[in-house]
Order: sequence, then C-alpha cells, then structure tokens
Amino acid sequence: MPRMRIRTMRAVQKLGNDNRSLPKAPTGIQGLDEVTRGGFPRGRPTLICGSAGAGKTLLAMEFLIRGATEYNEPGVFMAFEETAPELTQNLRSLGFDLDELAKEKKLAIDFVRLERSEIDETGDYDLEGLFIRLGAAIDAIRAKRVVLDTIENLFAGLQNEGILRAELRRLFRWLKDRGITAVITAERGDGALTRHGLEEYVSDCVLLLDHRVTDQVSTRRLRVVKYRGTAHGTNEYPFLIDEDGFSVLPVTSLGLDHEVSDERISSGVPRLDTMLSGEGFYRGTTILVSGTAGTGKTSLAASFVDAACQRGERCLYFSFEESPGQLIRNMRSIGLNLEQWTKKKLLQFHSSRATFYGLEMHLAIIHKIVLGFQPRVVVLDPVGSLIQAGNQRDAHSMMIRLIDFLKQRGITAFLTNLTSGGEALERTDVEISSIVDTWLFTRDIELDGERNRALYVLKSRGMAHSNQLREFLLSPLGVDLLDVYVGPDGVLTGSSRLSQEAREKSAALARRQDAERRDRDRKRKREALEARIAALRKEFEVEEAEVETASEEDASREEMIADNREAMSRSRRADLVKDGVDGKRKRRKGAR
Amino acid sequence: MKKSERNKEARPLSLQEIGDRNEPGANEVWQLRLYVAGQTPRSVAAFANLKRICEDHLAGRYNIEVVDLVKHPQLAAGDQILAIPTLVRKLPQPLRKIVGDLRDTERALVGLQIRPAAMGE
Repeated sequence: MPRMRIRTMRAVQKLGNDNRSLPKAPTGIQGLDEVTRGGFPRGRPTLICGSAGAGKTLLAMEFLIRGATEYNEPGVFMAFEETAPELTQNLRSLGFDLDELAKEKKLAIDFVRLERSEIDETGDYDLEGLFIRLGAAIDAIRAKRVVLDTIENLFAGLQNEGILRAELRRLFRWLKDRGITAVITAERGDGALTRHGLEEYVSDCVLLLDHRVTDQVSTRRLRVVKYRGTAHGTNEYPFLIDEDGFSVLPVTSLGLDHEVSDERISSGVPRLDTMLSGEGFYRGTTILVSGTAGTGKTSLAASFVDAACQRGERCLYFSFEESPGQLIRNMRSIGLNLEQWTKKKLLQFHSSRATFYGLEMHLAIIHKIVLGFQPRVVVLDPVGSLIQAGNQRDAHSMMIRLIDFLKQRGITAFLTNLTSGGEALERTDVEISSIVDTWLFTRDIELDGERNRALYVLKSRGMAHSNQLREFLLSPLGVDLLDVYVGPDGVLTGSSRLSQEAREKSAALARRQDAERRDRDRKRKREALEARIAALRKEFEVEEAEVETASEEDASREEMIADNREAMSRSRRADLVKDGVDGKRKRRKGAR
Repeated sequence: MKKSERNKEARPLSLQEIGDRNEPGANEVWQLRLYVAGQTPRSVAAFANLKRICEDHLAGRYNIEVVDLVKHPQLAAGDQILAIPTLVRKLPQPLRKIVGDLRDTERALVGLQIRPAAMGE
C-alpha cells in the first residue's frame, strides 16, 4: 500500500497537470491525450471497443509504439487475431518498424492461436498458461504497457464461459496488481459495447471507435464512453488513420482564450491596406471574403498569400475547387508567381474535393496538416463548399472549432465564401460571418452592358476602415483598387466610368478654354480702353498746348497792345502810365 | 449435443487415418505432453488421470512428458498453451489438445481419439 502511494505521487509529479487524483499514461497519439486529459489510466486496463475495421488494433499498437519510443515504457502486444509478421507488415505501411523496436527490446509481440477444432475440454482448467506467457513477455522487456488484441477470441476458442469469465476477471486484477497499463480491444456487440460483455471487467476507461458512413461519406469517430475518476471530453471526436498513424481531432476542447496580436500584416493589395486604416489586417484574425461567382475572391486570397510569402511566412492553401497547378497557372495571369513560393517550401497547396470526405474528416486533415506545417497564414478556398460535406449545423460548429483552433495558434485565416445570386448577399452559408474579424465583400456591378467588380469592407474589428466602395481591377500587374465614379448619374464603374471621366475631362477642357478666351477678351478690351485713354489724353494735351499757345499769344498781343498804348500815350504824353503797367502784370498772372 | 458434434468431426479421421495407422502394428509409440503450472492439485489430478487412461488403453506404447511452465515459461508459446492443464498428443499425427484435468475418461478418450477397438485389445 505505501509503495502504491509513492508510485502514484511520482506519476502525478511527472504529469503535473490538472488530474492530481489519477495518474495517467500518455498515449502520445495526437489529440487523444487532450481528449482523455493526459492519457489512459496508469496501471489499469482500458477497453477499446468498436466494430470491425474501426481501428482498434492500430490504436492499441500505436499506444505501445509511442510508449516505447517516446515515454520509455516498453510494451507487450498479445495478438489473438494477427500473427507477428502480419502485424509488422500492416504497421510498416503506416510508418512503424516493429522489427526494430523488437530488436531494441522495447516491444514484444506474442501471437496466441486458438484452434477450437483441435482442442477438447474435459474437466477443470484455468488460463495459467496465458498468465505465464504474458508474465514472461513482460519480464523479458520490463514492459509497462500491455495490449490484448482481441481477448474475446478466447470465447471462440474455449467452451467453458464460466471459467473464462472468472479467468478474465483474474487477469485484469493481475495486470492491475503488476501496475501494467493495459489496453484490451473488443468487438462491438449488438446493443452492448462488446460482444461478450467485457466492459463488466474493464470499467476504468472505455473508448468507443466508430466508423460511420453517411451519404456515402465515411467518418471515423472516437468517444470516451467512460473514464472513472477523471474529467474527460465527452463528445464524439473525428479521427484519422493515415500514413502517420492515428490522430484524433479534439475539436470541442477549445475556448476563447487565445492571445491577440497588435501586429498588422498587408493584404497584398496596397489600396486595400489603405482602406483598412492604412496598415492591413491584424495578425491572427480571421478574414472572410464573400461574394458572387467570379468576383475575384481567389485572386484576393492569392495576393494575400503572395504578400505573406514575400515576408517569409509559411502559408497553407486549402483549395476545394481548383488543383494546385490550375491555381498557379491562373494566378500567373494576374502577375502572381506562386510557384516560386512552393519551390521555396513557403507555400503548400492542398486540394481536395469537398465531397470526398466528411466534414469532420476535412477538418481533421486540416488540423493535422496545420500542426505539421506550422503556417502563419491559412487559406480556405472556398469555405462554403465544405458545407456540402456535412449538414448546416455541423458545418457551423465545425467552422467555429476550426477558427478557434487557428486563432489559438495565432494563425491568420483567410476564408472565401461564394454567395449564390438568389440569396441575400451579406450572409454566408455556414453562418460564420459573426465570428470573422474582417469581412470583405466583393460584388459585381452590371451597367451599360458590362460587369465590373467592386469591393468594400463590410466590417473590420478594431480598426477605422474605409466605408467606400472601390472598383476592383484584375490586371496582369496584379490586383488593384480604384475609386469608383460617384456622380449625379450614380455609381459608375468600368468603361462607363472611363467614358464618364472622359466626358468630364472634355467638359472641363471646354470650360477652361472658355475662361481663357474670356480672359483674353478682357485683356484686349482693357488694352483697347487704355489705348483710347492714351489717345484722348494725347488729344487733350495737344489742345491744352494749343490753348496755352493761344493765351500766350493773347498775352503777348496785349502786351504788344499795351506797349503800343504806352508808346502811343508816351507820344501823346498821357498821365496814366503807372496804372497801365500794374494792370498788365495782374492780368498776366491770372492767365497762368 | 456437443459431444455428438465432436464425434462427427472425429469419425472420418479415425476411420481413414488413425484406424489404418494404429490398428495393424499397434507398435507406434504415443507421444504425449502434459503442460502444468507448478504442483497444483489440478495438475496432480490431471497427471494421475492421464496415467490411468494410458495404462488402460495404451499400455507399453506411450510416452508422457510433463512440462512445468512455471519452470520453463518460454515453452508455452511453442504449443500455443493458454489453459492449464493441457495435454498435447504429439504423435500420432495430427496434433490434438485436451484442456482440463481429464477427470471425464469418456471425453478424454474421444479427445485423444483412442478407438474403442483399441480398448478391446
């Protein structure tokens, strides 16, 4: 008892997480440790049940392999169904080399064959032979983990169920006493978890694997049916089996506690950055571009990716409609060379048809690729097509989980969404508009026999964004935004904008020419006037001069007359001479 | 019910092969191996029962080897032993296994495919 306690405490210290009550053995399987909050119960048996082909053997085997390679806990695999060479071969295709582990004494596979046809029973017996084999295997490699796959085969090989049940109970007790973390797999039975009611004996932790096909699309799901003495995720979690083994998507175990960034990143379109208060998007936010078909959503996404790659950031592009080659070719037409980034391993494309997998599978795949590639930017193009892979409610909740997942990692998500013509434009199929941070809207404006693209910012949290509609141009030089023409005739785009601008230009030119002409006229008039004024003045001066001359003549004539009179009076000897002289002077003064 | 099924299974073998092989010479030595785990009462009982059956039906032409898995655990895998005690008939072919303490002689004989004819000798 004291020894047990010491072991428990040590295990807790090692784990150091929230579950102080129950020590756990981490599975090392992506996502499963999150769902089970740390792994399987240490020193106790765990039951994995599921129908044929659900992935029980693989999960159990990976538990051993991860334990052996990552946690230094060797394991024994007791196989009741497949022989050791078969298992080795099956797992090699998933990238695990069992031979190597066996050589390093980290893993032992013991194949148990029960052939009912060559066995007869008479009298009492027990399964001591199984205990001895298992015990020997455990001792040989100092195993901490044991898998019994599928122990129910004992029921097929031996008749006496009473003995079997008693012996199984003893076996699980025995494993517990030895402190072995055991995994027991079992086939799912009708209306019960297992065909032979093993859940009666293994009651600490029960996992259920499920492989469902809905609308011809298969999804694998995992659920922790029970887990004594600890909290655990209770939902069904989708999981994947691929070349890297098993991975569970713990989609609901996310919250709203991600860190936020003040960093701004360019959208790749300078004018768009200007519209977003001059600096672009916030890093780690979610950007949605929605719009009708052919309005340039993918081009915007590609520009954004191009800009991110230029900054040296890794980008993941999930395309549900176009193949990577097609995307690269199409984006070349607007001057974006995306191929250079894929060659530099900055950009990864993942194309798959939305209907190819179930929605959860898609998200599990996205999840896994994101964790593997560690991108800063993720593009989902278009996100709405994912809805085809699931129903609306599922799609909505899965999108929220995905966005939360990306946000938690500070990844900027760029989603595009196709709005179909008949619907209200400002809504999205998957109802994600409320959880995105920046929502750009592209639409087409049909006028004068042509369609043109326009873009506006519907919302952008945390920044003063432009309220203007911009014309959105795709040219071999890239994506550009132009001011739309807003005039008395309404909003004009494309060639009607051009022609309107041309009309305005010529009108302005005419006005300017008119003004210039008037100006010239005025100048000329002024010149004419001044010329006339000058002429009149000249005339006046001439007259004045004439008048002066005349008055001088008059004066001289009077003088002459006076002189004459003086001379005459002198000759007549008149007396009034002085007066006459004075009067002459006065008169001269007045004339001046 | 189960017993009759098992007889049906066993009969073709006993008629065609075992019969031919065992009857003429009766000189073939039966190789029997009894797996036990320690000296438990059940193991002791199984060995006693086996000895009795052999003396009664195969006197002089049998060979019993007792394997104690507590001492030699590595031998358990070779004959795919899970249940204890298990009696393995190595010879004559084909290999047969009988689990249990052999207290039911009738069934033990059926399991070992010792024919009533042999009993009569």
